[in-house]
Amino acid sequence: MEEKPVHQEHKNSPGYGYNILIWLTLISLTCVSVAVAGLDLGAYILLTALVIATIKSTLVINIFMHIKFDDPIFKLFFSLIIFTLFVLFVLTAFDILYR
Amino acid sequence: MSNSISTSIKSFYEYEGKHRGILGWILSTDHKRIGLLYLWSMVGFFLVGVFLGFLMRLEMLSMGKTIMGPQTYNAIFTLHGIIMIFLFIVPGIPAAFGNFFLPIMIGAEDVQFPRLNLLSWWLYVTGGLFAIISLFLSGGPIDTGWTFYVPYSIRTTTQVILPLIAAFILGFSSILTGINFITTVHRMRAKGMTFFKLPLFVWALYATGWIQIIGTPVIGITILLVIIERVFSVGLFDPALGGDPILFQHLFWIYSHPAVYIMILPAMGVVSEIIPTFARKHIFGYKAIAFSSLAIAFIGTLVWGHHMFTSGMSDTARWVYSFLTYIVALPSAVKVFNWVATMYKGSIRMSAPFVFVMAFIVLFSIGGLTGLILGSVATNVHVHDTYFVVAHFHFVMFGGTGFIFFAALHYWFPKMFGKMYNEKIAMTAVGILTIGFLMLYFTMFILGYEGMPRRYYDYLPQFQFLHILATVGSWVLISGLLLMFGNLLYSLRKGASAKANPWNGMTLEWMTSSPPPFENFNYHPEIKFGPYEYEHYEEAVKDEYK
Amino acid sequence: MSTNSHNIAHHRDDFGSKMGMWLFLFTELILFGGLFIMYMVYRVEYSEQFHLAAKELNLALGTINTLILLTSSLTMVLSIVAIGRGSKKISIFYLISTILLALGFMVIKAFEWGAKFSHGLYPGGTELANLSNGEVIFFGMYFVMTGLHALHVLIGIVILSFMLVFLLRDKINKDNYIKLEAGGLYWHLVDLIWIYLFPLFYLLH
Repeated sequence: MEEKPVHQEHKNSPGYGYNILIWLTLISLTCVSVAVAGLDLGAYILLTALVIATIKSTLVINIFMHIKFDDPIFKLFFSLIIFTLFVLFVLTAFDILYR
Repeated sequence: MSNSISTSIKSFYEYEGKHRGILGWILSTDHKRIGLLYLWSMVGFFLVGVFLGFLMRLEMLSMGKTIMGPQTYNAIFTLHGIIMIFLFIVPGIPAAFGNFFLPIMIGAEDVQFPRLNLLSWWLYVTGGLFAIISLFLSGGPIDTGWTFYVPYSIRTTTQVILPLIAAFILGFSSILTGINFITTVHRMRAKGMTFFKLPLFVWALYATGWIQIIGTPVIGITILLVIIERVFSVGLFDPALGGDPILFQHLFWIYSHPAVYIMILPAMGVVSEIIPTFARKHIFGYKAIAFSSLAIAFIGTLVWGHHMFTSGMSDTARWVYSFLTYIVALPSAVKVFNWVATMYKGSIRMSAPFVFVMAFIVLFSIGGLTGLILGSVATNVHVHDTYFVVAHFHFVMFGGTGFIFFAALHYWFPKMFGKMYNEKIAMTAVGILTIGFLMLYFTMFILGYEGMPRRYYDYLPQFQFLHILATVGSWVLISGLLLMFGNLLYSLRKGASAKANPWNGMTLEWMTSSPPPFENFNYHPEIKFGPYEYEHYEEAVKDEYK
Repeated sequence: MSTNSHNIAHHRDDFGSKMGMWLFLFTELILFGGLFIMYMVYRVEYSEQFHLAAKELNLALGTINTLILLTSSLTMVLSIVAIGRGSKKISIFYLISTILLALGFMVIKAFEWGAKFSHGLYPGGTELANLSNGEVIFFGMYFVMTGLHALHVLIGIVILSFMLVFLLRDKINKDNYIKLEAGGLYWHLVDLIWIYLFPLFYLLH
């Protein structure tokens, strides 16, 4: 081994402050979703809960899990998996919703 | 040219690692040794599965009880399914030949995670042992069929939990292989080996890796839930507690349908290697074949519902799944047409691997076309749960993957063991195998069409003649198998030594000695030509040998 | 054997390791995906009973646990940022905080489950037997999904403890912290799944 191996550094890895900011956002979103659940939204209850959860998970995936800063191939893989999962849900729903 | 190479460097057999003797094998992280470990264990399990199939056919020789009662018959067809599917054909080609050849074909020294690779073999063996141990535990051998359908698998008093745990562990092993292959293909290709210079076998393994990752976890969780349900009676699938048994079938087939593509895709990859080598022609439609593998992998994930047309699923779902099933036939057909087009005007050399492939194309086409009959809801309802399904499944899996497993065994035998087998006996074996196969399974199409239900140990008098024919076919088939394995075993000891490139192939595994050295090459492979550009053959070979 | 090829074979490949880790995480996602499909099916089938049964869950504890997990995700990231900048001590501090928060999550989870059990709301329990099918299924899904998640938290604690040992022994350092990153990815996945479990079980009423 001629050269000393160095950790393959991400170009724009965020520092402490940025991550704390994301954490604050996540915490507030959690409070919002709990507060909103108290309201009587009827059919939209599930929708709002899932939308907020999806915003939260997008933040975690992109920032905390570094997908945003990593090689695009991880983004591609991840989208592929999410898309496949989505299709599995839809195809199962074809049975459940029309039974 | 090649003999000098094979004698001057140590093969991986002679390489001495940390451990000696048997430990040097079962603790080795060398992908070639792991591949061979898989090969031997799989052939072992395969022969057990064949024996169980032989017993089943023997039972069907005459009406009523011939050699066993209904409970034993149930246990035997379940075991035959579990062994053949989870222990032979799912790991099958990827774990044995993929492990051995994927790194060599892309010019790498090993896979990305060699220790995980060894772990996956250990998990495989553990799973296999659990499946066998379960036979002797309280309750006796499992009798649910390899599909473990609820509610029966929750109610039956036979030993269900341990075989389920075995299947779970085997799934884990399969996932590890998939992760390893995908990362290896992405990260360890030799200089100049672009994605579109990859041999098609590697493309097929890559696509298979994705199905393993996407599909297997679903069966994992489903199996876990059945175990939990059985132990704690939670109320997940049990209709008595409000559960939905059809949901179990959904989850089961979300994995188990893609699993048939885990089984067949690598076989298709092997075919795409063998045909250009023996036709000495550039493969027709390289990209079409490569992308059709990915297309099969993706669309194959969406068609699971066609196993459930008679289960009480909604009508909408039935036509949706039927429609998707027809679409998945397209990429499979693309492959078959391209193979046939490759042979057109080639200078074909009739050799055992090639003849296996010819048999494969015929048998697999029959299997595929009868698949359309099953994929259409209207006809499916009539032949569902009959011998027609059994025949279809064996045509695509045995006539498809099984035959190609044997083809691969012959094709790569010189490379793996450094010996040549007896060509004449091999050819005879293919002939006997094919005749036995058709007698056994084509008969089942007729039986099924006439209404013989599957999984019964007894039958009505009008089916007797065909059942006898099928049973005799099973004997022919088994003698073909014995002849083939006997020939290979004999050659292993007494065969002539193989040259580095006995078939004049152009992929990288032929550019190293037979058997390859530890870490595969004694030079740094650099790729200038595509894997099947035979017009550059002389140049490529001259270039690669130093 | 040429010694040349040896060097290449044992070259470190952080990118490859990370790819392997991601592929493994995909299998975890799909594993839980199967459970979420089940949840969808039963929620469609037993919509009202699900709402009724969800009232038994303790929203306060669920919310606290969500906050704990989110915070542990933050400390995990900060631990990685710190080691990247060469501050070993800070990294160790954040990693220990992550493990402690994870333990806190498990303690609260244990109280929650304990309360259900003491009320007879467990599979085969007296109280549960009196409920309707839909409610039985709800609790079945609740125990299985949060149980499997808790199992992942436990595995996460074990993994992170190993990371801590590596950090202390300098096996994870400024120039080589792919292991910590992989451990972190696993931990975020555990968080990610909880982000969906929380609204689907606790925010129904």
